[in-house]
Amino acid sequence: MADLVSHPDEVKVVSRRFGQGAANLDRYLELDGYKAVQKALSIGPDAVINEMKASNLRGRGGAGFPTGMKWSFVPKQAPKPKYVLCNGDESEPGTCKDRLILEHDPHSVIEGVVVAGIAVGSHTGYIYIRGEYRYLSEIMQKALADAYARGFLGKNIFGSGYDFDVYWHGGAGAYEVGEESALMESLEGKRGVPRIRPPFPAVVGLWGGPTVINNVETLASVPHIMLGGGEWYASLGTPKNGGTRLFCLSGHVAKPGVYELPLGYNLKKMIFEVGGGIRDGNKLKAVTPGGSSTPVLKADECDVGMDFDQLMKAGSMLGSGGVVVLDDTTCMVKYLQRIMMFYQHESCGWCIPCREGTDWLKKTLNRFHAGGGVEKDIGNIQYLAENMLGRTFCPLGDAAAMPAISIVKKYRNEFEDHLNGRPCPLEAKALEAVPA
Amino acid sequence: MRFSDSFESRFTSMLGHYPTKRSVLVPTLLYMQDELGYLTDEAIRDIAQRLELTELEVRNVISYYSMLTTRPRGKYNVQVCRNISCMLCGADDVIAHLKKRLGIAHKGTTADGMFSFEEVECIGACSWAPAMQVNYDFHEKLTPENAEKVLDEYRRKGSQ
Amino acid sequence: MPDVNITVDGKKLAVPAGTLLIEACKSVGIEVPSFCYYPGLSLQGACRMCLVKIEKMPKLQTACTTVVTEGMVVSTEIDEVRQARKAMLELLLANHPLDCPVCDAGGECELQDMTFSYGAAESKLIDIKNHKDEQQWSPVVYFDRPRCIMCYRCVRICGEGMDVWALGTANRGSAQLIMPNHSDYLECEECGMCIDICPVGALTSGAYRYKTRPWEMKHVGTVCTHCADGCKTTLGVRRSPTGMQIVRGDNRDKSGINGDFLCIKGRYAFDFASHDHRIQQPLIRREGRHVPASYDQAYEHIALRLKEIREQHGGHAIGVIGSTRTSNEESYLLQKFARLLLGTNNIDHHRTADFPSFAGALARKKDATASMRDVFNAPAILLIGNDPTEQHPLLAWQIRNNVRLHRARLYVVNSSPIKLRRQAASFTQIPAGSEPQLAAFLAGDDSAANALASGEITREALAALRDKLRGEPNLIIIFGSELRGSSIDSLVRFGAAISGAKFVCLGDYANSRGAADMGLYPDLLPGYVPVGSGARFHEEWGAPVPTEPGMNLLQMVDAAKAGRLKALYIVGANPVARYNLDPFALSKTFIVAHDMFLTETALLAEVILPAANAYEKSGTFTNTCGDLQLLKKAGDITTVKSDFEMLLRVADRLGFDLRQLVPFRQAERADLGQSRGAQSGEADRHAIWLEAHGLEPKLSPFDPIAMLDEIQRLVPGYDVSRVELLAGNDQHTSIEAGVASSIASQPELILPANDTLFTSGTLGRYSRTLNSVIENPRRAPADKADREVVV
Ligand SMILES: Cc1cc2nc3c(=O)[nH]c(=O)nc-3n(C[C@H](O)[C@H](O)[C@H](O)COP(=O)(O)O)c2cc1C
Ligand code: SF4
Ligand code: FES
Repeated sequence: MADLVSHPDEVKVVSRRFGQGAANLDRYLELDGYKAVQKALSIGPDAVINEMKASNLRGRGGAGFPTGMKWSFVPKQAPKPKYVLCNGDESEPGTCKDRLILEHDPHSVIEGVVVAGIAVGSHTGYIYIRGEYRYLSEIMQKALADAYARGFLGKNIFGSGYDFDVYWHGGAGAYEVGEESALMESLEGKRGVPRIRPPFPAVVGLWGGPTVINNVETLASVPHIMLGGGEWYASLGTPKNGGTRLFCLSGHVAKPGVYELPLGYNLKKMIFEVGGGIRDGNKLKAVTPGGSSTPVLKADECDVGMDFDQLMKAGSMLGSGGVVVLDDTTCMVKYLQRIMMFYQHESCGWCIPCREGTDWLKKTLNRFHAGGGVEKDIGNIQYLAENMLGRTFCPLGDAAAMPAISIVKKYRNEFEDHLNGRPCPLEAKALEAVPA
Repeated sequence: MRFSDSFESRFTSMLGHYPTKRSVLVPTLLYMQDELGYLTDEAIRDIAQRLELTELEVRNVISYYSMLTTRPRGKYNVQVCRNISCMLCGADDVIAHLKKRLGIAHKGTTADGMFSFEEVECIGACSWAPAMQVNYDFHEKLTPENAEKVLDEYRRKGSQ
Repeated sequence: MPDVNITVDGKKLAVPAGTLLIEACKSVGIEVPSFCYYPGLSLQGACRMCLVKIEKMPKLQTACTTVVTEGMVVSTEIDEVRQARKAMLELLLANHPLDCPVCDAGGECELQDMTFSYGAAESKLIDIKNHKDEQQWSPVVYFDRPRCIMCYRCVRICGEGMDVWALGTANRGSAQLIMPNHSDYLECEECGMCIDICPVGALTSGAYRYKTRPWEMKHVGTVCTHCADGCKTTLGVRRSPTGMQIVRGDNRDKSGINGDFLCIKGRYAFDFASHDHRIQQPLIRREGRHVPASYDQAYEHIALRLKEIREQHGGHAIGVIGSTRTSNEESYLLQKFARLLLGTNNIDHHRTADFPSFAGALARKKDATASMRDVFNAPAILLIGNDPTEQHPLLAWQIRNNVRLHRARLYVVNSSPIKLRRQAASFTQIPAGSEPQLAAFLAGDDSAANALASGEITREALAALRDKLRGEPNLIIIFGSELRGSSIDSLVRFGAAISGAKFVCLGDYANSRGAADMGLYPDLLPGYVPVGSGARFHEEWGAPVPTEPGMNLLQMVDAAKAGRLKALYIVGANPVARYNLDPFALSKTFIVAHDMFLTETALLAEVILPAANAYEKSGTFTNTCGDLQLLKKAGDITTVKSDFEMLLRVADRLGFDLRQLVPFRQAERADLGQSRGAQSGEADRHAIWLEAHGLEPKLSPFDPIAMLDEIQRLVPGYDVSRVELLAGNDQHTSIEAGVASSIASQPELILPANDTLFTSGTLGRYSRTLNSVIENPRRAPADKADREVVV
């Protein structure tokens, strides 16, 4: 349903089959479908994991953990069944890539799940899809049924003697459920409250069994790595940052869309060449490079390669690949307020710093942006965010704190401009009541 | 309670997908809600019994998930994204316009029961912002005008 | 497992592997603050108060979820940690109503204390706090959402600890709140555990809220006066116009056998003590009406009539009925009063368990009874009959939490699907009334299986159960009043084959075990010594006492009806209601009643003495397991007196030498047995015993401890450590070897109380709290409650 875009700089790996009707199993098979599973079955778990390690594939869900390594943490022998869990809760603001994969290439996700299962010795996989993506759930259910019908799933897949079941699962609206341990809780039919770690899911996960959790895009990349080889995949990106990823360009760019670019691709180039520059002839002001959780980069910080390490060095994060571009008409106070409303809405409420911190940040920012700001608010915003950072039960608190800290630090002047009853200088409508 | 055959068959097959019954709870609640409009007390009792849970456990889960509701809603639930990408691309205008047109506020329902309106968080349409969902259907690259047309279309469909 | 070496704030320590860091710190006196961490409940890591610095970890870590590892180096007092704590408090206080001046928890609030310790006095934030009105969830439980800090203790204690699961967490983020099982009201066991475990004043009790400030109370640790489990309870008392009023019950020092636990009765049902209907002065019936009299008049009247009857008709024309709720000292005194002074063995009490048969079966077995603490630690438990969840709430708690925390194996055999089956490794439902056959079957009589097998319970299943139980060393065997007489014998024989097996016999009221142990039987002296073989008592008491068994309770009533029993002295008992007696049967009998209320029985009395209850006196209680505990006087109504004192006053009026009844101030008469020897019988054994135990002679006959001296000396199994006892600790008494093993019990006299969580015999009828729960219109009928299985 969502429009597809393209640009010559794109290197299409995960998006290779987009727009090709690959949700249809026959079509998928024409496009090298289910060959990766067969290869994985033939080379065996150790070789699969080695291939994955060689690929330098890092998780596309946000944290960028090396996938091969994650899989290798799963104990070979376990008293309880092992599981593969595909994280399709995609809810990070600015991110809309898993949706395209699930729509255009659902079988690649199934294949990724099966390969992961073979690698860790699991026989069951779940694909968790956020509740809002009902149409994608339906596409997935059909894809699964088709795969079962052909014997690609179930008992003795591809005549290998290996059994593997894959099931879909639906959410019902909760960002926090994207966090891996909350995801498991949700799948088990509970409130999406994260779990205490350690133990990590690779050791104790779903129903107590070792569980591999990967993002949709991560798993969709796996079949390509299986077929193209780890080394080939690694060579597409930068050192330790293998391959390509889907960047979701949004905000004030002329040509927003989801583009597949190699890791390490320059951000400025991404905005100005791939994205067609800032729209309406405005100037670039800031970029949120990896979804709302990541610290903003100022315009002059955007000459940076988009991979996990370079962005880390630049003081931000690659995150989930949601590149949100802000032009110079944007009020950064309002932007932060908007972000904080989100985190306040989505905090699960389990721990004090996140529950209370997001709430007070939101309240303060709402009042502040509406013109009721006082001097000490600026310090308070910073104080609250800094005292959440690193101290919450799960990273949602960090996700709320990081943009706040970076925005106050980098755009303090804009906060000062809002003081003393002055309405937002950038936006005449700012005094309009903001919905709670 | 009586639910559609497709509900029951999905429910039964899902029970076989997991080692514990409870695991079907979240998706099942959403499907129940689709059939009933909202999660009634009776539905809560029903699912609690099916899954051998207490009603409290079911309610606790319901109240956690933002798509689940225990209050009646309109036939069409209009959910406009207010998150960053959409906001940057004019969601505020769309929201203000639709609210005015429908004459209801956030989480309100029109008197005729046709529409409910809700501002929601990111729905995964950032590159096609601003966006909304009406029930489960996405509508993207909205302007106040084309958003209104979309609703007109639903109104027409809904009053047939 | 070997110990793990860690360093905390420069201190090196070794703790067992698997220890949580927060506990390791506590063990060397380093306090790591916490709200959500609570020993014995599941870990949460939610409040983030316990963040500490661990070397090599980039972020602060929660001490409550971190298990110590070898070489761990921890800092708990560095600036980074202090700042984190301070910030957590600031965030909590930001939305806290700060209504400390009127809050029930003010003065004993963990949030206040932490704020005081870690300093977060300045409030930086200026926006409006989120508010939600206070809600009443049940007659007992109130919830004030804004005060709640979301530590989830209440949810866990209710679910994990109580297995009630009536509280949950609803909504999310800052809208998250604790929700009761009916959304806006609570239907549960009303145990109040959630209230006491709440670190702040978010959950408050209907019984206590807004009554007083905590520092205005005096706190007295005593023993609950309701069921037979003997929970230690701390009563908060405050001056009142008539003495000292009990305003709160809790168990904050957690020192008792019950640890955290109290049920609704222990926590709230002290209110009978201040009921309006409390008898506050002696009453004498004149011309058919009870009219107030002075104590002197009452004692005089009683003495006169008793003397007359004794002289005219002999001691056997007088009967005595004791109480299951008076202290051991009072019961002991009462039987001595009957035997020595009135010259009768016509003494009995409301029997709720066959303790005599139990004692007989255990004769010559050492250490064969289990204490309430043992029940929490045993590797395996067999429960036959009874429904402890309703009738023995503490016992049920011990069993449940032993299963949960120590993975004990619980075997339940019952004629109903009692709630404890949820914790059971095996549940065997047998036909009602077939418990004796079960005992026989366990003891090896295979033919008894006929009466038991039905449906799923096949003979094979029963045999398998028996085999399994035989392979459970240190099994604790707990049985209800369904087993009596020879069935208890069978069960004990079965247990004899299991190494380390111990028993608990379940009786019903707070001191029914004590009443039995103290010899409130027509045929048994204290310690289950048959009246015919009570030489040691006779010798001590220095006077002959009747050696023929007297009449039991029902025989006494029959004799009264037939005009043979002329007088009945009833202390703290309501046999008319309990045994559903025909009041006219007693119309010709002179009745004296000690009571708190005008019960069905007291109404028949010619003289009524206003009695203090167990919360208003000192002494000891023995719980159903045989654990002896000290009662301390908490409440006080100046116009009532203890049964102990009143009995002595009557004895005095009867012209009896009180020294013979209560061994006080006998030191000057003692020759300490030095010249002629203790065995000669001329020495004052009592004084020797006191001397040997380092105890002082008592100065007053009204000091019940003087009676305890004698009990400890004479009653087999009661010679436990006095120091421990006085320190407020439970001491397990034993049913000792040497007691005659052939006790002819009268099982037909046993009448279980069948109390529920919300009833407590006559006392319960005068408890506003219990009644308000029973009458709560929102409650489903009792049979519906908690009968659904929660997984
Ligand atoms: C608050 C929060 C929300 C998250 N949401 C998502 C999500 O929607 N989708 C996702 O794939 N990962 C999400 N993550 C990351 C997951 O916890 C996890 O790291 C990821 O699914 C692992 O997959 P990967 O290694 O393939 O990236 C989220 C993390 C946090 C802390
Ligand atoms: S369990 Fe028994 S002893 Fe303990 S508080 Fe309840 S009634 Fe009192
Ligand atoms: S005590 Fe550790 S987080 Fe609450």
